[in-house]
Amino acid sequence: MPTFVRTDKCDGCKGQDKTACMYICPHDLMKLDKDGSDTGHAMKAYNQEPEQCWECYSCVKICPQQAIECRHYADVVPLGGSVQPLRGTDSIMWTIKFRNGVMKRFKFPIRTTPEGSIDPYGGKPEADMSKIEDNGFFVECNGYRAGDPSELICK
Amino acid sequence: MAGEFGNPEVIEESVDILLIGGGMANCGAGYEIMRWIDAAKKDGHDLTVKLVDKAAMDRSGAVAQGLSAINTYIGPEQDPADYARMVSNDLMGITRDDLAYDLGRHVDESVHLFEEWGLPIWKLDENGERHDGSKGMTPLAEGGKPVRSGKWQIMINGESYKWIVAEAAKKALGTENIEERIFIVKLINDKNDPSRVAGAIGFSTRNHTVHVYKAKAILLAAGGCVNIFRPRSVGEGTGRAWYPVWNAGSTYAMAAEAGAELTLMENRFVPTRFKDGYGPVGAWFLLFKAKATNAFGEVYMERNKEMLDDYPPYGHAAVPASCLRNHLMLKEMKEGRGPIYMDTVTALANLRETLSPREVKHLEAEAWEDFLDMCVGQCGIWVGENIEPEKKNSELMPTEPYLLGSHSGCCGIWVSGPTDVGAPTDETEAGVPDHLPKGWNWGYRSMTTVNGLFTAGDGVGASGHKFSSGSHAEGRMCAKSMVKYCIDNKDFTPEFDTSVEDLVAEIYQPVKTYLEFKDYTTAIDVNPNYITPKMLQFRLQKIMDEYVAGVATYYTTNEKMLAVAEEKLEMLKEDAAKMRAKDLHELLRAWENYHRILTAEAHMKHIQFREESRYPGFYYRADKNFVDEENWKCFVNSIYDKNTRKWTCFKRAHKDLVDKSKLFK
Repeated sequence: MPTFVRTDKCDGCKGQDKTACMYICPHDLMKLDKDGSDTGHAMKAYNQEPEQCWECYSCVKICPQQAIECRHYADVVPLGGSVQPLRGTDSIMWTIKFRNGVMKRFKFPIRTTPEGSIDPYGGKPEADMSKIEDNGFFVECNGYRAGDPSELICK
Repeated sequence: MAGEFGNPEVIEESVDILLIGGGMANCGAGYEIMRWIDAAKKDGHDLTVKLVDKAAMDRSGAVAQGLSAINTYIGPEQDPADYARMVSNDLMGITRDDLAYDLGRHVDESVHLFEEWGLPIWKLDENGERHDGSKGMTPLAEGGKPVRSGKWQIMINGESYKWIVAEAAKKALGTENIEERIFIVKLINDKNDPSRVAGAIGFSTRNHTVHVYKAKAILLAAGGCVNIFRPRSVGEGTGRAWYPVWNAGSTYAMAAEAGAELTLMENRFVPTRFKDGYGPVGAWFLLFKAKATNAFGEVYMERNKEMLDDYPPYGHAAVPASCLRNHLMLKEMKEGRGPIYMDTVTALANLRETLSPREVKHLEAEAWEDFLDMCVGQCGIWVGENIEPEKKNSELMPTEPYLLGSHSGCCGIWVSGPTDVGAPTDETEAGVPDHLPKGWNWGYRSMTTVNGLFTAGDGVGASGHKFSSGSHAEGRMCAKSMVKYCIDNKDFTPEFDTSVEDLVAEIYQPVKTYLEFKDYTTAIDVNPNYITPKMLQFRLQKIMDEYVAGVATYYTTNEKMLAVAEEKLEMLKEDAAKMRAKDLHELLRAWENYHRILTAEAHMKHIQFREESRYPGFYYRADKNFVDEENWKCFVNSIYDKNTRKWTCFKRAHKDLVDKSKLFK
C-alpha cells in the first residue's frame, strides 16, 4: 500500500523549508515538487519511490492536512479497501473499510503523558564515576535482575 | 559556501564520541551518555558527543512504525540465566551466554523508563482481566502485572513507542548534538594504528554537503539487513519487507571494512508471517492460542513432530528452535499440502468461551491493534481480501531471508562481553588471526575488535532476542564504556589513514559518473557506462535468491551453487564502482546497496565455510544436510581486508556459561 498524496488537500506545508512528510519518512521517499516539473502539481509532495514504501504510515499520521492516504500494493491486493488513521496527542483512531463495504472503527491509546513533557533526568540522580565499570546504569529503576549466582557454571 | 550537485561542500568536525544511527540502540546510548559526560566533566574531562541519523529520530529504525509488544521483559520472577538458555536454544545452541545473560540483567531497566516516559503497557488486574495501558494501573517498576503474550513478551499500545523513546533521547542529547538526514557510508581507521577507528564520513541527503567526523569512540548501530534476497513481492510490494526496508546492512559492511571481526554471518532469519503483509504472528500464537495448519486443517507441528528428533537437543525443548518450526512447515509446502493457514476462526471462537463479556468486546480490537500498531500493511491485505479473522483464516508464509542480530537472528559483530560471568579468557580453536583478542572480553563492554568502535542492537552478533528493549539497554551499556574509553585515551588524537579529499571523491563518484556520461544515451537509465542502484539491487537479489538459498530453491544451496554465487558477487562488487546517482536520493540508494553487497558476500562466505546445515528451515546445504555437533558447534567468524577486498573465515570455540540441560528436563 504505497502512500499517495491528494492534490486537493496537499498545500506543500507552505511557508516551511521542508514538508512534514519529507521530514518524517524513514526511507527518504517523500519529495516536494517545487515547480511541478516532476508531477505537474507545483508545491505539492509526492512519493518518489512507491515500490520502496514500507507502509509505515509515518507520513500519513504526520500530515497536517490529512492529505496522505494509502492505496494497497497493486501487485498484491485487490482494490477498494482503505485503512486510515487520525493520530491525536494521546490516542489514534482508525477507520477501516473493506472491499465489500464492511466498516470498522477502532481507537487506541498511544501515550499516557503529554507530548513533549518528558523530563529525561528530572528526579534522577547524577552518574557516579566510581561506578562506571560496574553493572547497571546511572539510574536504578527497580529493573536490574541480579540473577542466581549458582546458574553461572563457569564462574 | 554552499555546495552544488557534483561539487559538495565538505564540513569537517571533531567530537569525542559519535553515535551512528538513531534507532532504539542509539536512543538508549544518547539517554545514558549525557549523565556520564556530566559526571566526567566534574573530573576535568570535557567530552563532546554527536548523533547522526539518515532519517528523523522520531520515526527511524526498526521501531519507526510502532510495535504491539515488547518482546524482551524478564520480570522479577525469571532469571537472566533462563533468558540466556532460551536465546541459545532458539539459535541452535551457538550463542554467547555472556552477552545474553548480561542483556537479561539490564533490559528491564529500560522498559521501566519507557513506561515512566508515557508508553502505555497492558496490565492484568487482580481478577486476571487485561486492560490497555491508558488506565493508570500500577507501573511495572512498582509491581504492576504485565499482560504476557509469551514467556518473555508483554503487550503494549505501541503506536508511538519510537516517538516516546526518541523524545527522551533528543532532550537528553540536546538538538545541537543531533544531525538528521546524514547518511554515514564509511568508517575511517587511524593513520598510526590501523586497529583503531578515527572517524566516519557521510553525506547529507538534503544539501550538497559531505560530513567528516573525527572521533575517538564510535557507536555504530545502523540496523540489520533487508532486501539482499529477491523478495516474494517484486512490484510495489517490494517495499513490504518484514524487517524495515531501510535497514541496508550498513552496520555490518562499515564495521567489516574497518577491520572488525564479524560472527555467525551465516545465520539468517526467515520469519513465518501472515502472507504478503508480513503481519506479526506472536500474539496469534501466544495470546490468542491459534494453531497453524496445512490446507487440510492438520497441525503440522503435531503431524511432523518426529522430525524434531533429527535435531537433538534443539528440537526437544518446550519451544523448539524457530528454524525447526519452519522446517516442519516446509515439509507440508514441499509435499503439496499448502497453503498454510493460521486458524484464527477456531482460536477466536475458543476464546469467546473463556473470557468475560468485557474481554470479548476487546478481543476483536486487540486482534486488529496487533497489526495497526506495527504492521498496517497487513490490515491492507485483510480489507482488500475481505478477511475478518473470526470468519476467515489467513495464509501464513515463510518470508525471504533477513540478516539481523536483535530479533530471532544472531549474525553481527564480535564484541567484548562482561567480565563477571565466567566467560573464556583464551581461545582453543586454531586459526584465529594473531591480531585478534583471544577470550570473550577485552576491556570495554560492547567494543568490537577495532579499538574505539562499539556496536549495539542488530550490530551485536551471537546473541539475538534482544528486540527493541534489549537494543535500548545495549546502547546504554555502550554509553558507559565509551565514556570510560575516552577518559582512558584522553591523549589520543585521531588521524585519518586516508585523505579527506580521496574519501569525498569516492563517496561522490556515482554523481560524477552520472554527470560525465548522462548525455551519451537518450534514455538515462540505459547506458553502458553506468548501472543504476536499482538494477544493481535486482542483480544482487537474483544471485542471492537463486544460488544462496533464497525462496526460489526452498532455501537450499550447496558447495557448487555457492561457488557460482561467489564469482557473480565478485563481478557485482566490481560493478558497484560504476553505480550512478542522478540526485541525492539515488546517492543514498547507491551506498545502501554497496553495504548490501558486502553484507551478502559475508553471508555467502560464512555459509560456504560452515560445512553443515546448522539452521534447518532457515537454510539447507544439500551437500551437508545435517547438524554436526562434533565439528561445528562453534562460532564461524570472519574479517575483511578493505585493501585486498578479501574475506578470511575461521572458527572460534563455543562454551556454555549456563546449564542448557535444564531446558530438556
